[in-house]
Amino acid sequence: MSTTEPAATPEPRPAPRSPGPVDGPEGATASPRRLARQRRRRALARFWRDYRANRAGLFGLAGLALFVLVALAAPWLVQPADLSVTRAPGLPYQPPSLDYPLGTDNFGRSVLDLVIWGSRVSLLVGFLATLVSVTLGALIGIIAGHFGGATGTVLMRVTDWFLVLPTLVLAIALATVLSRSVFTIILAIGVTAWPTTARLVRAQTLAVEARPYIERARALGGGHLHIMMRHVLPNVMPLVLAQTTLLVASSIIMESTLAFLGLGDPTTVSWGGVLQDARNAGAVSSGVWWYLLPPGLAIALVALSFTLCGRALEGVLNPRLRDRS
Amino acid sequence: MNYLEVNDLTVTYRTQGGPLPAVRGVDLTVEPGSKLGIAGESGCGKSTVALALLRLLPKSAVLGGRVLLDGEDVLTMKWGRLRAVRWAGASIVFQGAMHALNAVHRIGDQIAEPILLHGGVTRAEAARRAGELLEQVGLPAARAAAYPHELSGGQRQRVMIAMALACEPRLIVADEPTTALDVMIQAQILRLIDRLIGDHGISMVMISHDLSVLADTCDRLAVMYAGRVVEEGPAAEVFAAPRHPYGQALGAAFPRIGDPASRRNPRGLPGDPPDPAALPSGCSFRPRCGVAEERCAHVDPTLWPAGPGRRAACVRVLDGTVEAPAARTAPETAVEETR
Repeated sequence: MSTTEPAATPEPRPAPRSPGPVDGPEGATASPRRLARQRRRRALARFWRDYRANRAGLFGLAGLALFVLVALAAPWLVQPADLSVTRAPGLPYQPPSLDYPLGTDNFGRSVLDLVIWGSRVSLLVGFLATLVSVTLGALIGIIAGHFGGATGTVLMRVTDWFLVLPTLVLAIALATVLSRSVFTIILAIGVTAWPTTARLVRAQTLAVEARPYIERARALGGGHLHIMMRHVLPNVMPLVLAQTTLLVASSIIMESTLAFLGLGDPTTVSWGGVLQDARNAGAVSSGVWWYLLPPGLAIALVALSFTLCGRALEGVLNPRLRDRS
Repeated sequence: MNYLEVNDLTVTYRTQGGPLPAVRGVDLTVEPGSKLGIAGESGCGKSTVALALLRLLPKSAVLGGRVLLDGEDVLTMKWGRLRAVRWAGASIVFQGAMHALNAVHRIGDQIAEPILLHGGVTRAEAARRAGELLEQVGLPAARAAAYPHELSGGQRQRVMIAMALACEPRLIVADEPTTALDVMIQAQILRLIDRLIGDHGISMVMISHDLSVLADTCDRLAVMYAGRVVEEGPAAEVFAAPRHPYGQALGAAFPRIGDPASRRNPRGLPGDPPDPAALPSGCSFRPRCGVAEERCAHVDPTLWPAGPGRRAACVRVLDGTVEAPAARTAPETAVEETR
C-alpha cells in the first residue's frame, strides 16, 4: 500500500534553498552575492511601487509596451509582400472595412499594415537618436562642469551655438549632405538634439561638485576621471534618465518631420513617410481621412506615452516631486 | 624627525578686490605620534591651513612657504605624487560628515574607495577591510551596506574616521570633527579618535574653535588669529595660563559650571576679527585687545619665547610684564565639568 508514497525520494536537503526574504541582510548563511541580489530585487520592488502610484505613468508604460510589442511582432503581423506598390492586395482608396480595418492607400495597400510596419523605423530612430544625443550631451555637460575655466567656457559656447541654431534646419542640412539611410537620420537628430541635455547636465554637475564629498574624493587622491565617473555621474543620472524619455518623444516627431519633408530613406516605411505619401497622393483634398489620420495619431500616441513615462520617472527619482503628490 | 613641518606657510586668495591674505606665515611641527591642536575663531585661517597641508585649496589660492610631510615638500610635489600622498600619507576627517559622504553610494563602498584607489587590492579584499574598519570604529560590519542617510550623525562621523584610517596614514587632519554633534556623542567621538590614534601610533592635527576639546585631546596647542599663530605651547599650559591676550579672551569665553561669577558676568571678546584685506597696523589684535599700549601700533609681534616650550606673539611677553592670570582650573577637570 505504500507504493504510491514518494518514500523512495530522499529528503530535500535544506542547504541549497534560498534563505528567503525574511532573513534580511543579516542572515548569517547568505553569501554577499545573494545579499546583493536580494537588495537589488527589493530596490526594484520599491521603485515599481512608487512608479505604480502614478496613474498617468502607467498609461504611458502600457502604451509604450503595446507599441514596442507591435513593432517587434510586425514581421508576423504583416506580409512584407503586401507592402509592395505594384502588387498591392486591395483596390485604391477603399474606406475602412473588415478586410482592411483602416482602409487602403492610393496603391491599394492596407493602411494598418503600413502603420504597423512604420512603427519599427520610428521607434528605432527614436531610441538610437536619443542614445546618441544623451550620451553626447551628458559627456560634454560633465566635462564642462567639472573642468570649468577655459575648457568649460569653450564647450559651453559651442553648446550655445548649437542651441541657437534652428534644429530643423541643421538636421535638414545634415540629412541632405549625408547619404540617405536610417542612420543618417539618427545621426542628424542625435547631433542636433544634445545641447539642452548638455546644459542641464552641466548645471547639475556644478551643483554636485560644490558638495563636500567631492572635496573628500579629491583629498583621498581621486583623479578627474574618478570624480567624474564615480561621484558626479551617479548623481546626474536620474536627470539624464528623465531627459532621455522626454527626448525619445521629440526624436520620433523629428524623424517623422524629416521623413514628411522627404529627407528619409524612400525605400523604408515610416510614419512620417506614410504622411508624406498621403499628402503627395492628394489625400487631403480628396477626403481620404483614413490614410492621413492613423500615422498621425500613432506619432502623437507614442510621443505622449514617452512623455508620460518620463514625467512619472522624474517623479519617482526626484524625492522632492515624489512627496508633493 | 618631525613627521609634519610647516615653515612660513602663506596662503593668499586672489579675489576681484585684490589679494586677500588668509594665512600669513604659519610655522607648525608635529612629531610622530603627537597631537597638535589649532584653535581660533571663524575666519582666522585654521581650515585654510588644514586644506593647504594636502594642497586642496581652490585654484584662486596662492601658496608660499614649505609644507614638509615626512621630509617631502607637498607644495612643490608633482600631481601624480601628490595624489599618492593624499590619504596614504595624510588623511582628513572633514567637518560635517553628513555632506562629506556621497548620498548615492553605500558607506562600505565609500570606505573602500581610497583603498581601491591607492593599493592594488581586489574588490573583495577592500570590502573585507572596510568591514574591519567599521568594527574598529564601533559599528557592525554589516552596516557597510547602509546608505549615509540611514545613519545618525555620530555614526556618520564614525564612518568618516574609519575612512580616514583606510590607507593607514601616519597623519590625520581632523577639521572640526565634532561640530554639529551633541555633547555626549562629541565626547564619544573624541574618545574614539584618541584611542585609534594611540593604537595606530598616528600623528594628528586637530582643528577646532572649542579650546576645551583641544586641551583635552591634544599634546600641544596653537592659537591662531588673523592668519597667524599667536600663541603655542603644551596644551594644558596654554589652556590654563594663556600668555597672549587673545588666548586669555578665548579661554575666558567658556563659562565654568559651578562658578557663579562666570555665569553672571560672561566674558566675551568684543568686536570682529579684522578684514584680512585691511589689517590694522602693528599688532593685528590691537583693536580688540584690552591691554593694548601705544607701542602696539608700531610693533608687529612675532612668536617670542614665553616660558619653557612656549611662545606667544605679544610685546608684553617680550618684556616680561605679562603675568599668568589667576590660575584657572586644571584643564582635565575643567573639561569634565563642561561636559
